[in-house]
Amino acid sequence: MNILKFFTAGSVDDGKSTLIGRLLYDTDSILADQLEALQSSNRKNDDGTIDLAILTDGLRAEREQGITIDVAYKYFQTEKRKFIIADTPGHIQYTRNMVTGASTANLAIILVDARNGVVEQTIRHSYLVSLLGIKHVVVCINKMDMVDYSDSVYTTIIDKYKVLAQQLKLKDVTYIPVSALKGDNIVLPSINMDWYNGESLLHFLEKVDTDNLDKSQLARMPVQWVIRPQTDELHDYRGYAGRVLSGTFKLNDKIVVLPSGASSTIEKIEFFDQTLDSAHSGRSVTIHLKDNVDISRGDTIVNATAQPQDSKLIEADLCWMDGRALDTSIMYLIQHNSKISKCKISEILHKVDINTLEKHAADEFKLNDIGRVIIKTAETLAFDLYDDNRANGSAILIDSRTNLTVGALMFRAAVE
Amino acid sequence: MSTYNFDYLDELEAEAIHILREVAGQFEKPALLFSGGKDSITLVRLAEKAFRPGKFPFPLVHIDTGHNFQETVDYRDKMVARIGEKLIVGSVQESIDEGKVVEQTGRNASRNALQTVTLLDTIAKYEFDACIGGARRDEEKARAKERIFSVRDEFGSWDPKRQRPELWNIYNGKIHKGENVRVFPISNWTELDVWNYIRREKIELPSIYFSHQRDCITRNGQLMAASPFLNMDNEDVIVRKQVRFRTVGDMSCTAAVESEATLIDDIISEISDSKISERGARMDDKVSEAAMEDRKKGGYF
Repeated sequence: MNILKFFTAGSVDDGKSTLIGRLLYDTDSILADQLEALQSSNRKNDDGTIDLAILTDGLRAEREQGITIDVAYKYFQTEKRKFIIADTPGHIQYTRNMVTGASTANLAIILVDARNGVVEQTIRHSYLVSLLGIKHVVVCINKMDMVDYSDSVYTTIIDKYKVLAQQLKLKDVTYIPVSALKGDNIVLPSINMDWYNGESLLHFLEKVDTDNLDKSQLARMPVQWVIRPQTDELHDYRGYAGRVLSGTFKLNDKIVVLPSGASSTIEKIEFFDQTLDSAHSGRSVTIHLKDNVDISRGDTIVNATAQPQDSKLIEADLCWMDGRALDTSIMYLIQHNSKISKCKISEILHKVDINTLEKHAADEFKLNDIGRVIIKTAETLAFDLYDDNRANGSAILIDSRTNLTVGALMFRAAVE
Repeated sequence: MSTYNFDYLDELEAEAIHILREVAGQFEKPALLFSGGKDSITLVRLAEKAFRPGKFPFPLVHIDTGHNFQETVDYRDKMVARIGEKLIVGSVQESIDEGKVVEQTGRNASRNALQTVTLLDTIAKYEFDACIGGARRDEEKARAKERIFSVRDEFGSWDPKRQRPELWNIYNGKIHKGENVRVFPISNWTELDVWNYIRREKIELPSIYFSHQRDCITRNGQLMAASPFLNMDNEDVIVRKQVRFRTVGDMSCTAAVESEATLIDDIISEISDSKISERGARMDDKVSEAAMEDRKKGGYF
């Protein structure tokens, strides 16, 4: 059994929380005491049935306002798979929280209200999905019960969405007509839409290929911690502990340590009390090298035959996440895996109007703005381009005055 | 599709180890908060996997309410001796003796709320900048909102509206002096995941998790262990029951469940069939819909 991480996107009243509540409810994932709390709540649907959205709105302010402010993580499992859902807010002012939820997901559910079709928010959310490189997209045309389960309404909407998907280069898009409120095509196939021959949402989620294994040759492991017991019997023990970001390291592989460029060979791969022949993407392991090279936290061990970029000038997409606007005159910190370096934003190339997808020149970046910049780092980062390697092609910006995470970066090119 | 075995427990484990190593790498004085419950016992195993054959880069810290199950305290001492790591105990009794907190009175008196003060004092005394805890997002809906690196101000308060974005697997541990970060490496685990992991790893647990005979009284519809720590009166009738505990906390606020489960396999099938959440056995969550959120804002773990 493996894990599928997905998130839901949609505008405020498209029914994201209801859809998640319905998934949990219809898979029997809600326990009796939680159900009791639901039933005793004052929030009810118009027809008196329980409001499933309450299940995900965990904060007092959210319940008061009836909206989702921050990401909530929900868990359920079926016989086939475990699921981690990031329930993200749809409001434009919480774009940064949506990016937070989306950054670890490998599938996006985009909700479209059948009555309204493709609207500005749909474009915005789809753009974010494309920007963050989410592999699979499921477009749920929701509230089909409100349009008499009409196949022509559904067809009109998906025809329009297909144009958008092409424009955004979304590759794997699936369309499902649903009613989260009534439960059509969420877990059980709908009896109200015999014209739809596809699967229910849950069945699709159960079988979509998560492809957790990174098949790329880009073997990368940032060193997080050097294990040196320095006891009598383990006097010379020196293990480099970290999580393999991508690719595979094997015994006797030739490796290079960046940024120093020192080369060596993998002598041993350990995991607690086991010795492994190889360490695949996702594994947290300890690597030993044949040569005594100087390695510390922040260095990256990479395969000698497929090395990452090395440049101190990087073109990147930036999502600005702080109330205080970007200041190109000050230094920020960039955190790329276990490496932290000083940096500056040396140039703003353009900003994107995320409702129309138009690019335009800009000299400022404010909360929730997205666009492209050139970043200049003090120290060399061993990075890949985001499209090639999501894990090693992303970084965060930290404002050293407030210590807040102020930006999300996706590397697009090394500037020569 | 996979040519090697890397299942969901391996994935959750690898993520938790990654988080523990980030704590080691990013903070000066971290600590692992150890309650003697299954979640913090799991954290200890994960720390062994993250740092052996080296020492843990942090001590274990137990906030002792003084009203613990004796079995838990015995387990703690035995485990600390086995792993050879440092244990720091923060005592609620001392906080009471020093006049920093006042013992609650009345039928439902508990020391559960008092431990927040002892925790914050212990953090201040040892200047911990990061505290690793075993909280999981599936436990409660306010916890479902929390980041893995959760920044607390100098008063220990959590402000859910001002949480930092947390992106990819990059954790920002930068803080100002006086602040600290609560770190939750098993955020993404469910109760069942923890049990399956304990079974797979053959991790020993305190005996109160398994079915045993115990004197109990019924309080607010819950079975509570009869003990000198519970304010009992003539209305309370002591009955001998076959019970076990699903979570381990202060004796005055942790309810037992009737159970015949004597093995981990029994417990796993019992939980799989259960229709009551784990937190259903915690009196402290029943106060209001926002009970946990409010306690967390006040500095509770």
